[in-house]
Amino acid sequence: MADLQATLLGGEEMEVSFGPQHPATHGVLRLLLKVDGEKIVDAKPIIGYLHRGTEKLFERETYPQCIPHTDRMDYTAAATNNQGFVGAVEKLMGITIPPRAAYIRMILAELQRIASHIIWLATHALDIGAVTPFFYTFEEREKILDLFEEYCGARLTLNTMRIGGVPWDLPEGWTHRCRRFVDELPKKIEDWERLLTNNRIWKARTVGVGVIDAEKAIAWGLTGPPLRGSGVAWDIRKVFPYDHYNEVEFHIPTGKNGDTYDRYLVRMEEMRQSVRIIRQCLDRLPDGPVMAWVPKVIRPPKGEVYFSVEGPKGELGYYIVSDGNVTPYRVRVRPPCFVNLQALPELVKGHLVADVVAVIGTLDIVLGEIDR
Amino acid sequence: MNELLWTYVGWPLLKILVILLALVLLAAYLSWFERKLLAYMQIRLGPNRVGPKGWLQPIADALKLFVKEDLTPGFAEKFVFLLGPVLIIVPALVVFSVIPFGPSPHLFITDVNIGVLFILAVSSIGVYGIILGGWASNNKFSLMGGLRSAAQMISYEVPMGFSVVTVLILAKSLSLVRIVEAQKQAGLWFVFPGFVAFLVYFICGVAETNRNPFDLPEAESELVAGYHTEYSGMKFAFYFLAEYANMVVVSSLATVMFFGGWLRPFPNVSALAFLDVIPPLVWFLLKVAFFLFLYIWFRGTFPRYRFDQLMGIGWKVLLPVSLVNLLVVAYFVSLPGGQV
Repeated sequence: MADLQATLLGGEEMEVSFGPQHPATHGVLRLLLKVDGEKIVDAKPIIGYLHRGTEKLFERETYPQCIPHTDRMDYTAAATNNQGFVGAVEKLMGITIPPRAAYIRMILAELQRIASHIIWLATHALDIGAVTPFFYTFEEREKILDLFEEYCGARLTLNTMRIGGVPWDLPEGWTHRCRRFVDELPKKIEDWERLLTNNRIWKARTVGVGVIDAEKAIAWGLTGPPLRGSGVAWDIRKVFPYDHYNEVEFHIPTGKNGDTYDRYLVRMEEMRQSVRIIRQCLDRLPDGPVMAWVPKVIRPPKGEVYFSVEGPKGELGYYIVSDGNVTPYRVRVRPPCFVNLQALPELVKGHLVADVVAVIGTLDIVLGEIDR
Repeated sequence: MNELLWTYVGWPLLKILVILLALVLLAAYLSWFERKLLAYMQIRLGPNRVGPKGWLQPIADALKLFVKEDLTPGFAEKFVFLLGPVLIIVPALVVFSVIPFGPSPHLFITDVNIGVLFILAVSSIGVYGIILGGWASNNKFSLMGGLRSAAQMISYEVPMGFSVVTVLILAKSLSLVRIVEAQKQAGLWFVFPGFVAFLVYFICGVAETNRNPFDLPEAESELVAGYHTEYSGMKFAFYFLAEYANMVVVSSLATVMFFGGWLRPFPNVSALAFLDVIPPLVWFLLKVAFFLFLYIWFRGTFPRYRFDQLMGIGWKVLLPVSLVNLLVVAYFVSLPGGQV
């Protein structure tokens, strides 16, 4: 029947170049789509339009000079990028950071996770045609950026962690303002969910779209919400705790069906869990210094190290090879977006053109990190 | 002789000119209204730079589109590319010639005895403008937008037609003026006996005008700008204007067929006679404005349907519902004393 239909009705396949200047590809992703009418036969992501040679740049800079470059990889989550890099160097040098610094790092990282998820929600909803959540969510993100600005002076590329701790103590009244923000946020998240979660159209567009089961998700190397959406409770903060994540309570939200809707629910719940973590951190915030003693010139011993953190988008790992010099011999970044993007052709095959934007949105990719 | 010339040429031409100008202005200001309203729904301010409260924004937009370079892509089919905007704007404006804005003969251009049929026929021509424009642009995104739009408009025409037939059964006339008068005689708006028909009609109307949540032909995040991706300057303005004019058409028709046109609520209840101080034209405009508000409200609230879901709703839900509704209404009208 299908063959008969194909011979009678089937047209030619058309090749559509989707991007790199397309409004829904979140930057400069280019997809070469083979479509039969509106149906996707094949999709091929083409990357490299934002390549800046970050990994090569690392080899030229001293260790502290590398930190600002990490900001510019996943530019929607600078704090967690910093956290991964300084953590790797500290692990290599065997530095233990003071508890106050660790807690500040956790607060910043969780705020960053919320900010990153907000961007994801705003653009994902916008791609599916709901314009209004964009403005509601960005109002909250603005407040997070204000908190960042007050702490370190920057809003987007924070450069807010140093090898051995954090550069500054929290400004006066900051914890109070931060607490007020996290107290208000759950109500706002409820508002956003009221617009989308039970919306028939939203469900029609996301349930059963881009399905990947747990086994396949692991085989593709997915991490972060795309993996948890498929029901695998894997979170670096839990399985390899860093900073003081083993001291705070939170749970890992997981989905069941591994579709776009489940990944949406997972991320929404993650924002609430981040709020929970921030609250505990603010309650426990110990006194003390914010920098450990570190040598003036950072010169890690010869050797190599792999250290990863749970970024908003998945496992963000740094693999550093040191030859005992002031600059790293080689830094390799394991970017979550790059690995998650691989699964895109698998996720969109057989779906319609409209689903491509939904899947791009649900993978939550940032091209700055994919190309580096 | 002079008098004949005035009655048959001068006066109609003057009316056409006034209504045309008013309509174009209305469509332009509808965009202002939409931007402002959406802005307030989305906690922003909207246009507020040109003129007080942004009142001159549509004029500025029109000026900008006028002086913009009118590009025709080198690979486009030149003549058809030019024909597209014409084919969409002309039917959108012509339709207004039979819409009655008020009871006196000065408030409509003409009362055709097949008014409803005329509107359905003429407005269907508009789809050619979209599909030809999309095809002639020689751009894959435009082509897909054009095809989507053609499929969408044709499939939603069917349930819309059936819901209109319901009104025809109730009013026993195709003339729009008569339809309103029938509602006056019956003493109630047709939305009460034909509520289902009204729902079907309005959903189809939103789909016909390619508005959210059925705005797939120009789904920005999927098809860049859909069928008018390659259009610029005044040609783009025509597509833009036609979309808003079509919104006004759908809202006007909903008003005339279901909400009693220029009549006040409950036209036969004398207790409400004080409402007559509001002139019929204002009643008409108020009702139209309400439907336009609904359009914008939808846009502020809903995500977008997918193409297959859209076709599914059209054929699997709206068509059966409108058919059953037609049968039910027809049955009750055919009962002795079942005259509405």
